[in-house]
Parts: sequence; structure tokens; C-alpha cells
Amino acid sequence: MLHRASTLAIVAVLVGTAACSTKKKALPPPPPPATAPTGSTSTAPSTSGSSDTGVGTTNLPGSVADFKATSGSDTVLFAYDSYDVDDTAKAILGKQAEWLARYPGVKVTVEGHTDERGTREYNLALGDRRASAAKNFLAAQGVSSGRIATISYGKERPVADGTDEAAYAQNRRAVTVIVSGAK
Amino acid sequence: MRSLPLLLALLLATPALAVIRVDINSGTAQPLPVAVPAFATASAVATEAGTTAALGSQVASVIAADLASSGLFRPLDSAAFTTSVTPADVTAPQFAAWRTIAAQALITGNVTANPDGGITVGCYAYDVFSAEELARQGFVTTAANWRRAAHKCADLVYSRLTGETGYFDSRIVYVSETGPKTHRIKRLAVMDQDGAGHRFLTNGQSLVLTPRFAPNQQTLTYMSFANNRPRVWIYTIGSGHQEAISDTGNMSSSPRFSPDGATLVYSISQNGTTDIYKMNLASRNVTRLTNGPGISTSPSYSPDGSKIVFESDRSGGQQVYVMNADGSGQQRISFGEGRAGTPVWSPRGDLIAFTRLGGGKFRIGVMRPDGGGERLLTNSYQDEGPTWSPNGRVILFFRTAAGRGGKVDLHSVDLSGANERTIKTPLDGSDPAWSPLLP
Repeated sequence: MLHRASTLAIVAVLVGTAACSTKKKALPPPPPPATAPTGSTSTAPSTSGSSDTGVGTTNLPGSVADFKATSGSDTVLFAYDSYDVDDTAKAILGKQAEWLARYPGVKVTVEGHTDERGTREYNLALGDRRASAAKNFLAAQGVSSGRIATISYGKERPVADGTDEAAYAQNRRAVTVIVSGAK
Repeated sequence: MRSLPLLLALLLATPALAVIRVDINSGTAQPLPVAVPAFATASAVATEAGTTAALGSQVASVIAADLASSGLFRPLDSAAFTTSVTPADVTAPQFAAWRTIAAQALITGNVTANPDGGITVGCYAYDVFSAEELARQGFVTTAANWRRAAHKCADLVYSRLTGETGYFDSRIVYVSETGPKTHRIKRLAVMDQDGAGHRFLTNGQSLVLTPRFAPNQQTLTYMSFANNRPRVWIYTIGSGHQEAISDTGNMSSSPRFSPDGATLVYSISQNGTTDIYKMNLASRNVTRLTNGPGISTSPSYSPDGSKIVFESDRSGGQQVYVMNADGSGQQRISFGEGRAGTPVWSPRGDLIAFTRLGGGKFRIGVMRPDGGGERLLTNSYQDEGPTWSPNGRVILFFRTAAGRGGKVDLHSVDLSGANERTIKTPLDGSDPAWSPLLP
């Protein structure tokens, strides 16, 4: 889907940010200095052979990582026993919807989760409420509802193990997971 | 699995007057001292499960453990026994010897090898002080099935001394759990009521929840996330056959059989709303029973099949409701402080067990079907998911401990609130369901 020109631009961005990113010593050395990396760890450009400059990674447009980075998060949080999409969640879902509008071939599943302060069967239903609330918000922003599946895990798949509000808050969530169509 | 033949060989002979009686309604009563010496055998005959002499000792141990677990009986230490039981003693006990150790009841019997390779377990109960026979019955089965004969004997004793049906010859299905809370592996497992004969039914590849027995004890219904499609399944224990039941594309959950086994009642979640449906298992016809608003789930039939108790948050938070089995007459019955969920109708029909949520805790409670007479039986961080013993006297539930990696395990409590016990399982355990009495 990407044009050749933009692909090259991405390579330039990739190399340009490499010096600022985590070093990956096992990777091959960077290309010669037509697009010489700059940054704190860069050394004087060498015109022959390899340099000590590391190569990092970046999020390519259309990738799952790009979705998370562009949206701010793949996850929105909820208050206790609530499925109200609050302003913070709306901002994240709004950006998710914008990204999904740019990549119409992408399909997602919204996972609804709860904290452990509810009974098992009720929490399955509450997780469905949260997933549906996030889905409905995305759909209202123009994402075709046919592209959005939902699943509830209730309290079965917490991200934080613990019995305090800090853990509970992380677990009350809806996560937008890309299932197909991403690069 | 076919039901094993467990035939009534001797009819019970009930004396006109029984002196001892165990009061099951007083949780503070002293348990009745009872002697359960090794069952006698005329000559040790080899069977597929060991000699009849060895079985006699094992049968007595299982009976003693059953009676002790009820909290109503206190089996005396066999080291204190001043006599052993000969075959002749079974029908003519040496009462004086049992009186010296203050046994009030004597449970004795014999194990006899049958020509077909099976065994007969003769089960006798006596009132030691009045020297009266309270009950006798023979149980005929395969030698390998000796534990069930012992449970039947314990049920006979329990029934004779309490006036209630027993519950020892029954099974428990539950969810075995292991691994970190964030990546929990869950498997269906089944075991005898006393933890014997434990086996796993699923391999843990798919998340499984809330198994429940059909009245025939051979079929289970449960929820599985197989193929990332959370829905209701049915499992046939003998064949291992598994079948997805609800195939609407929406999540289905919280299944239970009707008392006659012909109907499945469960929930379907659609666009954030969860409602209760029932399916005729023969025709697969589905009938919607609730119609919002909000979440209605955790349905459980009354034992006569005429009503269904369930939970709904239509009034704001989770509360318990009762409706007719056709969905009419929906009425809220729980009004106490906090929320109330996971209602389960007692097999006796007189009470509903439920989970009371409030004050940062889940506790197991009971109330009458009209919502009155609420009593809370437990007090811990999270006690959830009650299930009734077949006689409606004992409630099994699962407990989650507070803190990171808090243990999850099975517990039982008497209806009086006394005799809380941990049910040992190989790994963590949750979502228990008690079977009906086995045939």
C-alpha cells in the first residue's frame, strides 16, 4: 500500500532516528553517510567500512506499533463498575478512529476487561459492556462496525496482579487489538 | 460412563426406638463420638482392588472421614479401641467394649468377595448405650468401586442419625487453576466429594469457566473461550465429547441445566446488554426470558422447575430476582446492604445461596425464596460462587485470598455457618459445582 517514495522517506526517518534509539549491536552496520545519522551517540561520519553507530527501530506507518503510538494507547480505562467512556478515553479512541480511517483494511477486536471486584459471570457481562462502549464510540467516529469485533474476558485476564486500587484501575479496561490488515 | 450397579442387598431394619439423634440445625452442638472399626471379613480373599481384609480397613477409613467432614460426628481414634471386630461381632457387637471408650454410635460391617469378582459391603449402625441396631444395609458392587460402597454406608448412617438424606456419594466438578493471575491456565476437573478419583477433563489450552452437572451426573455444561469465541458448551464425561451449544456469534455464559435436564438456561451478551435465555436441548429451540435493561445473568432453576432465580443490575447494582420459568413475574427479592449475585436455588427448595458484595468483600449468604431470613455464612476477602450439597445442608464455594498471587481454593461450610473446611485440590480451584447423589 505504501508508495516507493514514502518507503524511502521511511528509511530515511529510520536511519535518522537510529542514533537516538536503543542500540542493537547484533544488527548490521548502518549504510554509508549520504543520510548520516546525527545525535548524541553518533561519531564522525566514516566514508568507508562500518562505524560504531547503532541502529534502532521505529514504528512504520500502518503497523500495530504505529497504531499504539499514534493513538497514544491501545487501551482505555474505566471507573469501578462503569462502562462510561470518559474524556481521556474519548481522546484515545478518537485517535484510534483516525488511524483506522487511514487504514481501512484493518480489522480490530475490542477486548473488555474488569477488575476482580465483581462476581465471575457479572464481570463477563460487564466486560462485554465495556468492549461494546468502546466499539460504539469508534463506530460513531466513522469506523465501520463490521471492522470491529468484541470479546469479553471479564476478570480472567488482568494486566496487573494485586488487590489495590492501582492494580484494579489498570485492569478495568478495553483494549483495541488489531487482528488483520496491519503491516 | 455408565452408572455402576450398586444394588440394595439387604433391606434396612429400623428399630422402633432410636436413642441417639444428631441435631443438624445447631452449629454449636458437640459432634457425636462414633467408632468405625475396620470392617470384618471371614477370610481375606483377593480382589482386583486388594484383599477383602484390606478393603475392610479402607472402607472404614472412608466412612470415618465422610462422617468427620460433616462436622456432626467425631470418629474415635482406632488406637483407643479395646477390641477388633470379628465376623460374628458385626451382628452381635461387644457393646461393653465400645462403651468403655465412650463411643455413642458404632458403625461396623463386613466385606465379602462375591463369585463374580465383585464385593458385598455389609453396613451396620448401632446405638452403643442402648445396644440397639439403628440400620443395616448391604451394598453390592465391583471391587474397584469399593469407595462408593463406603460412601453409601456413610450416607446411610448420616441419614439414620440426622433424619436427612446423605450427600457423601457425590462428585464435584470445578475449575483447576495454575500460573500467574495475568496468564492463568484453567482446566475442568472432576473428583469425588472427598477429593478421591481426581482427574482433569480439559487440557488447559482454552480458558474454561463455570462447569455445572446435569441431573444425570454424566453431562456437564460450562463456558469455554475455545477459538476465542466465548460460549456455552456441553461435555459428556464418559466419552469426552464436547459440543458448543449456543452459536449466535455473541458471547453466551453462565449455563445451568433445568432439574429434569431437558432445558439449558444461560445468558447471551449482545452490544453490552446481557439477557437470560433457555434452550430446549432436544429441539434446540431458544426462548428469551429477560429483556433488559442492563445485565441479567446467573440463572438457577428451583428444584420443581417452576421458577428461576437470577441476578440483574436493572435497578442499579447487582440484585437477586425470581421469575417464573417462562420469564413472567420477574420480581426483586434481595434488598440488603450492598449487592447480591450468583444465586443458586437449594435442592430442597427452601433457600437460595448467593454472594453478598459489600465493604470490599464477597461473602456467602442464604435467604429464603421470598428474600427474607438472610444469613451470611462466611467472612473473608472474596468468597464467591456457592453450590449446594445434594441434600441442601452444605455449601461449597471458592475463596480468593487478598494480595498479589492470592490463593484461590475450594471451601465448604455447613448451612448453620459452622464447620468451614478447605477442600484439598492438587492446584488452585474455583467455580465448584456439586453433583446430585449418584445412583
